[in-house]
Amino acid sequence: MRVRRRATAWSTALAAVLAVVVVVSAGIGPVQIPPAEVTKIVLNAAVVPAGVEFGATGAGPLALPGVEFAYRSPFAFPVDDVHRRIVLLVRLPRILLAALVGFSLAAAGTVMQGFFRNPMADPSIIGVSSGAAVGAVAFIVFPTALSTTLTLPLLGAVDVGVSYGTGVSLFAFVGALIAAFGVYAIATRHGRTPVATLLLAGVAVQTFLGAVISYLQLQAGESLRRIVAWLMGHLSGAAWSEVGVTALVVPPLFAVLLAYSRDLNVLLLGEEEARGVGIDVERTKRILLATSALITAAGVAFAGIIGFVGLIVPHMLRLVVGPDHRVLLPTAALSGGAFLVAADTAARSGSAELPVGVVTAAVGAPFFVYLLMNREVYEL
Amino acid sequence: MSGDAASADAAGRFPSGDPPVAVRDLAVSFGDLEAVSGVDLTVEPGTLVALVGPNGAGKTTVLRAMTGAIEPDDGTVRLDGDATSGLSAREVARRVASVPQETGLSFDFRVRHVVEMGRTPYLGRFDGHGAEDAAAVDEAMAAAGVERFADRSITEVSGGERQRVLLARALAQETPTLLLDEPTASLDVNHAVATMELVRDIADDGRAAVAAIHDLDMAARYCDRIVVLAGGRVRADGPPADVLDAEAVRDAFDAEAFVGRNLATGTPAVTAFPRSDADPRRVHVVGTGPDAARVVARLAAAGHAVSLGVVPEGDAAAVAAANAGAGARVVTVPPFAGVTDEPLAAARELAASADVTVVVGGNGTDRDRTDARGRIADAAERVVTVPDDVDGEDLLAAVADATA
Repeated sequence: MRVRRRATAWSTALAAVLAVVVVVSAGIGPVQIPPAEVTKIVLNAAVVPAGVEFGATGAGPLALPGVEFAYRSPFAFPVDDVHRRIVLLVRLPRILLAALVGFSLAAAGTVMQGFFRNPMADPSIIGVSSGAAVGAVAFIVFPTALSTTLTLPLLGAVDVGVSYGTGVSLFAFVGALIAAFGVYAIATRHGRTPVATLLLAGVAVQTFLGAVISYLQLQAGESLRRIVAWLMGHLSGAAWSEVGVTALVVPPLFAVLLAYSRDLNVLLLGEEEARGVGIDVERTKRILLATSALITAAGVAFAGIIGFVGLIVPHMLRLVVGPDHRVLLPTAALSGGAFLVAADTAARSGSAELPVGVVTAAVGAPFFVYLLMNREVYEL
Repeated sequence: MSGDAASADAAGRFPSGDPPVAVRDLAVSFGDLEAVSGVDLTVEPGTLVALVGPNGAGKTTVLRAMTGAIEPDDGTVRLDGDATSGLSAREVARRVASVPQETGLSFDFRVRHVVEMGRTPYLGRFDGHGAEDAAAVDEAMAAAGVERFADRSITEVSGGERQRVLLARALAQETPTLLLDEPTASLDVNHAVATMELVRDIADDGRAAVAAIHDLDMAARYCDRIVVLAGGRVRADGPPADVLDAEAVRDAFDAEAFVGRNLATGTPAVTAFPRSDADPRRVHVVGTGPDAARVVARLAAAGHAVSLGVVPEGDAAAVAAANAGAGARVVTVPPFAGVTDEPLAAARELAASADVTVVVGGNGTDRDRTDARGRIADAAERVVTVPDDVDGEDLLAAVADATA
């Protein structure tokens, strides 16, 4: 029970930190907005469902055909309308996407480091990031027409299509999962997946996909700039729809990881010992791998490759809260969210906007060197 | 939370009537390498069984097969009547707990947390540790003597302490059967004995325990049964006194051994020597006391047929000769009685019929005995005199030279 109390206390504190970082970040930019006003704007925008009406056309944040939700806002603070638009339409989607992506990457990184019992492990280790990059770059180089008209029974002709941005994300997501599954398939023999083989298979697949990315970049011509921007990680131009999709996908996956946090602790004993105390090792590994791959794919699909969050943040938190994943996983995830929001705020508040991946790497690499010199990483 | 019948009954009653562990015709191969084959082994409740054998004999393989960690190529392992192949990892973990030689754990968990991991087979995915779990953990830590460093990091404790932590974790599993792989290997003598006493108590409480163990004396002292494995097969299986003899050790370990008796415990004490490949001879030994005892032991271990005399009854050399094998003939006289003609004649006869007679020490102060020595040696065809502190190799070389 002591563990649950610690986990709750730490998580509550870090959730509060994340909230503060989000509010402060939303006030920073070419137009400075005081945190108090940001808070009022956010509260004003909060709505609670007031009723449901059927048969209408469907509108509002949660649009379902034939269902009309009525909302009301419990708050009505007087706020500047320009500020309101800046916060709600420009800054907040980007900030919340950063929080979700940081959250996902740090969670996946924590799981991978424990899973591989290797301090160098990060979410990209099973080829997820490389796969996402190939998917995204391929779509950027060869923008496929993803719009078509399907004739479906009952509904008749339906226009099915996705925008350019959605296409990139979709390809990245699918590419990430294919790569992860490929690594898993290569490393699995007779129903067993030794982690050392998995690690090496990951390295092999990443190297190969790196070559593919290089080749595609050579073929890119005009679109090279967009490729480079994607590969360096970016959160600019984030839309509410992207935040919505990520916010729907990430929490259930995180809940699965959290449910397996005790098993992850036991896996640190080594596979045979873990089996000895009753863990179904291969099944647990499959679930952890699949969930980590999905949550990482969700993280990188919209934001591109953002390095170091998944590597550094778990290490930092392990030093603070210890190696128990029941505490480490939620705290690392929340810290990852706060870290990426802060990094992205730094990336966009300079005179020229930097890709956020540059900022995380610039902060992360020196910190990693610091950890190495203090030998903390060896003790993991 | 430990509602499972098998574990709730750890006190020793096995309602099913099936033995806690029953291995039948077990065969395991790693690639082309046959690790064990044809191994039969049943462990009854309330017994402590030692698995002994040379490195690579398959001890660890048998233990791993008992936990279902490796699939047998042939044969079955039944735990409490059910084949391991049909049990989930969780079900196995409620029936057997293993103490591995080492743990792969390198993250700095608290010792208490590592012991708590032993409760995993009883916890649902969303359960916290209940009062029952806490009690089991406390009890296990007390029994294994790890309470003192319960809040230290597992990476900071010594190798021996680590091994006791692993033992505590296995105890926290509250299984009817405990498997131990070299439980005393990295322990000091005090903790080694404490560990074996603890395992003995566990067996006396009605649980079953199997320990792979290198220390034959320790095995003989604490175990009810010794199973000798060599080359992947069971070479001998029975009570220590029946199983541990020079022959069995030579067969299994490819080493010469003298099996005496531990003076403090009365249990078999095995002393191994390097293989000498001596041609077996009839050797008569003349001498008394610990030095002659040493000579008798080394000669017997090398496979020579040893006789001894004249010595006082209860002399160290006489005890050694009695342990040297059924065929060893010893001529004794009552203590302080002096050597009379009859035993002297008997000893002279043994010396005369021997291939070689070894006289241990030549400068004794007892005149009468020295006289006797001389008269026995006179009867022998070939005599080798060795000093009191003769080296084992020199002794065997002298015997070999004399009979060449």
